[in-house]
Amino acid sequence: MSEFPYLTVLTVAPLVGAVVVALLPRSRPELAKRVALGWSLAVLALAVATWVAFDPGGERFQLRDSYPWIPHWGVNFTFAADGIALVMLGLIALLVPVVILASWHDAERPDAKRSVPAFFSLILALEFTMIGVFAAADVFLFYVFFEIMLVPMYFLIGSYGGARRQYAAVKFFLYALVGGLFMLAAVIGLWVVGGNTLDWQALTQAEIAIETQRWLFLGFFLAFAIKAPFFPFHTWLPDAGGAAPAGVAVLLVGVLDKVATFGILRYSLPLFPEASRWFAPVALALAVIGILYAALLAVGQNDLKRLVAYTSIAHFGFIGVGIFVFTTQAGTGAVLYMVNHGLATGLLFLVVGMLVARRGSALISDFGGAGKMVPLLAGVLLFAGMASLSLPGLAPFISEFLVLAGAFSANKPVAVLSTLGIILAAAYVLWMIQRTTHGTLNPTLTSVEGMKRDLSLREKVVVAPMIALIVLFGFYPKPLTDVINPAVEATLSHLEVTDSTSTEAQP
Amino acid sequence: MTDFTLPSIDYRAISPMVILFGAACLGVLVEAVLPRRLRYPIQLGLSLVAVLAAFGMVISLAGTEVVTAGGAVAVDGPALFLQGALLVFGFVGLLLIADRRPEPGGAFVDQAAIPVGSQADLRQASAPSATEVFPLALFSLTGMALFLTANDLLTMFVALEVLSLPLYLMCALARRRRLLSQEAAVKYFLLGAYSSAFFLFGVVLAYGFAGSVSFNEINRAVDESTMHQGLLYASLALIAIGLLFKVAAAPFHVWAPDVYQGAPTPVTGFMAACTKIAAFGALLRVLYVAFQQLAWDWLPVLGTIAVLTMLVGAVLAVTQTDIKRLLAYSSIANAGFVLVGMLAIDQSGASTAMFYLAAYGFTVLAAFGAITLIRDQDGESTHLSRWAGLGKRSPLLAGLFTLLMLALAGIPLTSGFTAKFAVFSAALSAGEAWLVIAGVLSSLIIAFPYLRVVVMMWLSEPGEATATVVRPGVLTATALGVGALATVALGIVPGPVLDLAHNAAVFIP
Repeated sequence: MSEFPYLTVLTVAPLVGAVVVALLPRSRPELAKRVALGWSLAVLALAVATWVAFDPGGERFQLRDSYPWIPHWGVNFTFAADGIALVMLGLIALLVPVVILASWHDAERPDAKRSVPAFFSLILALEFTMIGVFAAADVFLFYVFFEIMLVPMYFLIGSYGGARRQYAAVKFFLYALVGGLFMLAAVIGLWVVGGNTLDWQALTQAEIAIETQRWLFLGFFLAFAIKAPFFPFHTWLPDAGGAAPAGVAVLLVGVLDKVATFGILRYSLPLFPEASRWFAPVALALAVIGILYAALLAVGQNDLKRLVAYTSIAHFGFIGVGIFVFTTQAGTGAVLYMVNHGLATGLLFLVVGMLVARRGSALISDFGGAGKMVPLLAGVLLFAGMASLSLPGLAPFISEFLVLAGAFSANKPVAVLSTLGIILAAAYVLWMIQRTTHGTLNPTLTSVEGMKRDLSLREKVVVAPMIALIVLFGFYPKPLTDVINPAVEATLSHLEVTDSTSTEAQP
Repeated sequence: MTDFTLPSIDYRAISPMVILFGAACLGVLVEAVLPRRLRYPIQLGLSLVAVLAAFGMVISLAGTEVVTAGGAVAVDGPALFLQGALLVFGFVGLLLIADRRPEPGGAFVDQAAIPVGSQADLRQASAPSATEVFPLALFSLTGMALFLTANDLLTMFVALEVLSLPLYLMCALARRRRLLSQEAAVKYFLLGAYSSAFFLFGVVLAYGFAGSVSFNEINRAVDESTMHQGLLYASLALIAIGLLFKVAAAPFHVWAPDVYQGAPTPVTGFMAACTKIAAFGALLRVLYVAFQQLAWDWLPVLGTIAVLTMLVGAVLAVTQTDIKRLLAYSSIANAGFVLVGMLAIDQSGASTAMFYLAAYGFTVLAAFGAITLIRDQDGESTHLSRWAGLGKRSPLLAGLFTLLMLALAGIPLTSGFTAKFAVFSAALSAGEAWLVIAGVLSSLIIAFPYLRVVVMMWLSEPGEATATVVRPGVLTATALGVGALATVALGIVPGPVLDLAHNAAVFIP
């Protein structure tokens, strides 16, 4: 037990905030927004305190809290954080206030009939579930948070989204539920073979027969493959990302999807090591296909938000490669990629959201030469695009390089094919930027009121921290890699794979 | 002349049933003697007090294990746990039955014997409900309580009839759409009579095989009897048919959607929660005590029935457009889940099945209670298209119903999830992985109609045809509150009830 229950408070605080905001009257939207923003900033401060309390050179799992829950099943409310969880918690705590500020007016568009306090209450409730997923150290608790994450996200997409939001929300919910139910069967199987307990530490010691291990791994992997998403379970993300409000889409791809790759690192690899090794070739194949296929689809998109969603699928292919080549370098790169993708694609979604809000349409063909009217916004879009295609000097380059270098030492064909992904990334990003903000000005733009306003102060405050962090971590990722590397090494030690790259990542 | 010894009767052990039966008889007297305007408050008070008193006796009997009444009644852990749950659901069900607020005058017609559509029928359209419903419900509860404690097949048959006949009548008493209600009652009666006949035939064959109808005699006779084994299997099959009909397991489920849809909604809720408990309790006792040694034989057959039930319930629920029929098919699927838990054939099998029944009963009672509040000028509005945009008009009720739908779908932090986890873990511990896979698949399939209801309520725009939500009276509000609270409580802290069920799940041999 730690002295101060950092993780418990960090998990519960957003839930309390969600209840408080939900009880505010509908007639006072501004109050609701301010309370929500203030509360999320308090959670951010708490997350910073948690980061400080974590000792990078100490044991793998720190800040452990455990409370008895259902003794009958050997289930406890156990929270603990290792380096991987810690960086994700930091990312969540950072993204939520940014998203709240960015979505300041989103709940009131296009009609004023929807409840503003409910929107922000749902975002805080979503934060509660997201923090819980990463902080949980008990498989049952992880599963509970994994499933209830769906509920606020479903309502956020379905009630506050754009065109086809009903379809996208239902598709999202059903796809995720399918995966979740198969994972339930696997969790129960794990409970049975693990000696009627679901505590993570205990389960890593358990010896599981190979046949059973493979089935359980597949159950978990199906759920994670749908969530990530990996090809061929990816079709829900473009719909959900396209229909969701921009801020919600940031949380969707920036955090929700990371739950899947985190789950693979934390649960699939250590609990089912032999099955992971057995399945790795298939997983790598799916990841590589995802990188190339999604990138090609992104190139052809006409809808900005769907395009960003497809780029996200491609990026997750890289993370998958980084995980399943089983080298420390690539693993560290994969976790770093999770953080950097959250920042870079998050920024991209936010900027796209600002463009869409001004133009009233997400179609690229409705833009053209917008840089002449909103130069600052176009500049930020360019920055975000450069970050997405991993320009050296920006944070995503470090993680991409680590993944590819680590992959090359273990599996050259996979590495070579993945590197092609970089070229395709350049294609979809640059072409999108060229079609929207460069070239001749689209005459219809001059008559749109929204396009005459460049970045407001609020929007500048939204993008500034993201830009600053992307630049900072491009030159100095050490704070992140210091906590990530030991955790990745410990994860891979479960796999007992000989690792030729177990040196610390070099910036 | 030989001395005739009276069988010993432990009156304390059977007191819950005696209380209910006595109250039911008193209720009949009230109907015969008292003037009309006094009947409703007295019947309501009498019924609720009787159920509470019986529940109090059940609590005080905790830990008792006794076979009494000449070996006909066995009061043990499972019987007491399930009787307790039955009485709680009976109480909540009576609250729903008694509420006269949503439907002015009450959900039941005044004189059921008047032909539908005649002049006399039009005159009685606004007359207050008949109050015979209360003693009928109490008789049914008596039968259910006896059904749970029956220790031989004849007592079980008597209890089966005592619980079923009042239910057939209660199904016919709807005020609105009375023809549909009468049709439902006739279907239930006919099919129920057939299944009772099957049950009785099974009893006869069991007597032929074992020389006795008592459970422990049958259990002994499995090894010792010199009669043909075919008699034994045939009797088990026929008895199982009778019991599986009552729980609406496939392929004996066909009555459920029509009966659930036609019956007055409070009665449907009462049936869905209480009859299931009674029938599953009896099935548990028959399988675990009488035919326990044949477990390897009946396990694959019942397993197939469980899989069929889950899949039929889930698949047919997908296309439903009427909420009562949807919940009927959901009820069928949930019966399949309970069967999955039961097939673990050990203490955890019985305990998880009991926990699931308790959790499910709260959810389904609250769901039917909520349906009584959604009305238009023709009465209850059960077609899903009329529910469009309810979330905007009545967020509280829509939120409650969303909670219940999520619970039925098995989302964590609701009782539906912990119940499913319990039955699946029991089945998997016993090595029945195929049942768990089938359970997961049907949970997948049935999540879709639940989600459709949520979509209708929250993500659709209210139209002209959208129903309105009536403000509930204190009775329905209490029922809804209890149901919702239990759904959340059993999802977040299932520990105490799980432990209670586990400790109670030991049958008297």
